[in-house]
Amino acid sequence: MKVLVAGLNHNTADIEVREKVAFNGSKLQEGLVELKNLPHVDEVVILSTCNRMELYAGVKDTEKASESIKTFISGFHNIDRSLLDKAIYVYDDVDAVRHIFRVASSLDSMVIGEPQILGQLKEAFEFALEKKTTGILLNKLMKKAISVAKRVRSETRIAENAVSISFAAVELARKIFTDLSAKVFMLLGAGEMAELAAKHLMSNGVKEVIVANRRYERACELAKEFSGRPVALDNFLREMVHSDIVICSTGAPNYIVVKEQMQKVMKERKQRQVFIIDISVPRNIDPKINDLDNVYLYNIDDLQGIVDENMFERKKEAEKAERIIEEEIEPFFQWLSSLDSVPTIVALREKMEKIKNDEIEKLLNRFPDLDEKQRKAIEYMASSIVNKLIHPPTIALKKDSEDRDLIVAIIKKLYDIDDEEKE
Amino acid sequence: METFLFELTLIFYLAATIVGIVELFKGRKITSHIMLFLVGAGFALHTANIIYRYVAAGHIPITNFHESTSFFSWSIILIFFLLQFRYKVKILSSFVMPVVLLLMLSSSMLSREIRPLSPVLQSYWLTIHTVIAFLGNAAFALAFGVGTMYLIQEHHVKSKHLGGLFARLPSLQTLDELNYRLITMGFPLLTLAIITGSLWAESAWGSFWRWDPREVWSLVSWFIYAIILHARLVAGWRGKRAAILSIAGFLTILIAFFGIKLLHKGLHVFL
Repeated sequence: MKVLVAGLNHNTADIEVREKVAFNGSKLQEGLVELKNLPHVDEVVILSTCNRMELYAGVKDTEKASESIKTFISGFHNIDRSLLDKAIYVYDDVDAVRHIFRVASSLDSMVIGEPQILGQLKEAFEFALEKKTTGILLNKLMKKAISVAKRVRSETRIAENAVSISFAAVELARKIFTDLSAKVFMLLGAGEMAELAAKHLMSNGVKEVIVANRRYERACELAKEFSGRPVALDNFLREMVHSDIVICSTGAPNYIVVKEQMQKVMKERKQRQVFIIDISVPRNIDPKINDLDNVYLYNIDDLQGIVDENMFERKKEAEKAERIIEEEIEPFFQWLSSLDSVPTIVALREKMEKIKNDEIEKLLNRFPDLDEKQRKAIEYMASSIVNKLIHPPTIALKKDSEDRDLIVAIIKKLYDIDDEEKE
Repeated sequence: METFLFELTLIFYLAATIVGIVELFKGRKITSHIMLFLVGAGFALHTANIIYRYVAAGHIPITNFHESTSFFSWSIILIFFLLQFRYKVKILSSFVMPVVLLLMLSSSMLSREIRPLSPVLQSYWLTIHTVIAFLGNAAFALAFGVGTMYLIQEHHVKSKHLGGLFARLPSLQTLDELNYRLITMGFPLLTLAIITGSLWAESAWGSFWRWDPREVWSLVSWFIYAIILHARLVAGWRGKRAAILSIAGFLTILIAFFGIKLLHKGLHVFL
């Protein structure tokens, strides 16, 4: 049996195509069942997320299976076949296993190292398991993929460090302050990015929120949204004295706080640490303020710089992860190939047992006067001859040697065994 | 037996220091656990060693340089463990164990003989003065470690490069509070040590203060720590300045403790 992957992701398909082929809601179960019933597909798992739709299948003939899977997708989702062919990728054998391991370990994700994909893969597998569309091959492969992903996460730092501006701001705030929920936030002006950063920073609770805006009505609106207190922009310096985290994003064309003003603020707040995030372009806070003790000023480029550094770190860690994956591929295929010899061993033994039983029966029919003790002795002798005869080929089949495929083939031929029919 | 306990303690502290440095650069949960175990085991052996000497000598074993450096190290680890109840700063041991190891190594090279106590020292002041003084010094040693951590973390946040130890060190606020907490612990002990020392001097030699070099340097340390506390309350000197001052303060403690011993022969010659 072989592993086959067919799918498309954010690199090969636009959102228009991805949303067309997504297996949402009841479509997932229908899709699984129909795929499982396709002539060349023995086992199947569907992974469908916003960034990818992939089918993992256990098949005998990859060519025929991939063709029937493609035909199925285009029919099931009612998508033009030529459009699908442009976006879809198909991997088999080692490439398929490597791909699944990479997806699980979040190396194939849009944001490398993002943690959701592993959970999504687990869910996809559990759903398929429940619907009984998996078998010995995919069960093993999915479990292996999950354990590889866990190994990658514990042995590399691929998921450490923030890779978005909002999370970088949160990470910094946590290294400046002990407890963010005991801090006072000030939102100076408003903008989409500022609000997003504010939401992330406040997600663990907050002592108080102050909202200052040039337009007081707008301040009131925002204050309602963040359950904070609105103040007029003219008063913001006075409020800064008790604000610990300031997120600034006004449309002002110049600096609204300069170093001397900030010095006064710091004196009044007894030099307690303050974290200022200036998201505005042009900048609204004099960059010289960062030279003051206990003032930590970050502008949009600083935060982006941190995100870039972290992204670079993740890419370095991804190389380690790729090596771990290569290490894990080999043992999986060893297991897979051992699978092939098991039916042969079983068939060989069955064949021998049948010969033995037939011959004993014949003998006993010819000599009906034998007593119990003699019969037992004959049976014992026959069994031990059979066991001794099958022993060496069994060992050869079990042994993990390079030419095992050949040994399997020869033994099948010599003993006239065809285990294909039994499956 | 006593030598065996001491050497074993030294080995555990050495191992803890090495694991502590590994933890700093390749921090994983497991290294942190191993380090804590090594420090704890070393501390238990160390405690046994001190009790053994106490029983053998019949008085607190802080009467020669070997004993006092050893007791100094022991106090540092004691306070380190006490801190863990409130603040989870295990990584502090990576910064403090090298100091402990240096103290223990110098202690190991000094004479370990238990000699009869000179009549001048035979007083209840011996226990009171020395224990208070070393507990105070130990708090300052930890403040030194915390101050160093603060400066490293502050550098990361200010320079906007968040590699290195950024992820593993606690927040600036935590480190700053810890520094303050340790100094408020050490300062009254230092004050008491100076007072009990002069009372003892009075009963032993008949005068409270003789400008012995160690007395002078203790006074210098006292002023530095007084400045840290005063400036924090009045002018809000916290963070970087407090960290630098507490590092400077500990250096004066080390001068008072080691430097004087090496350069001069004062009244404290026995310690």
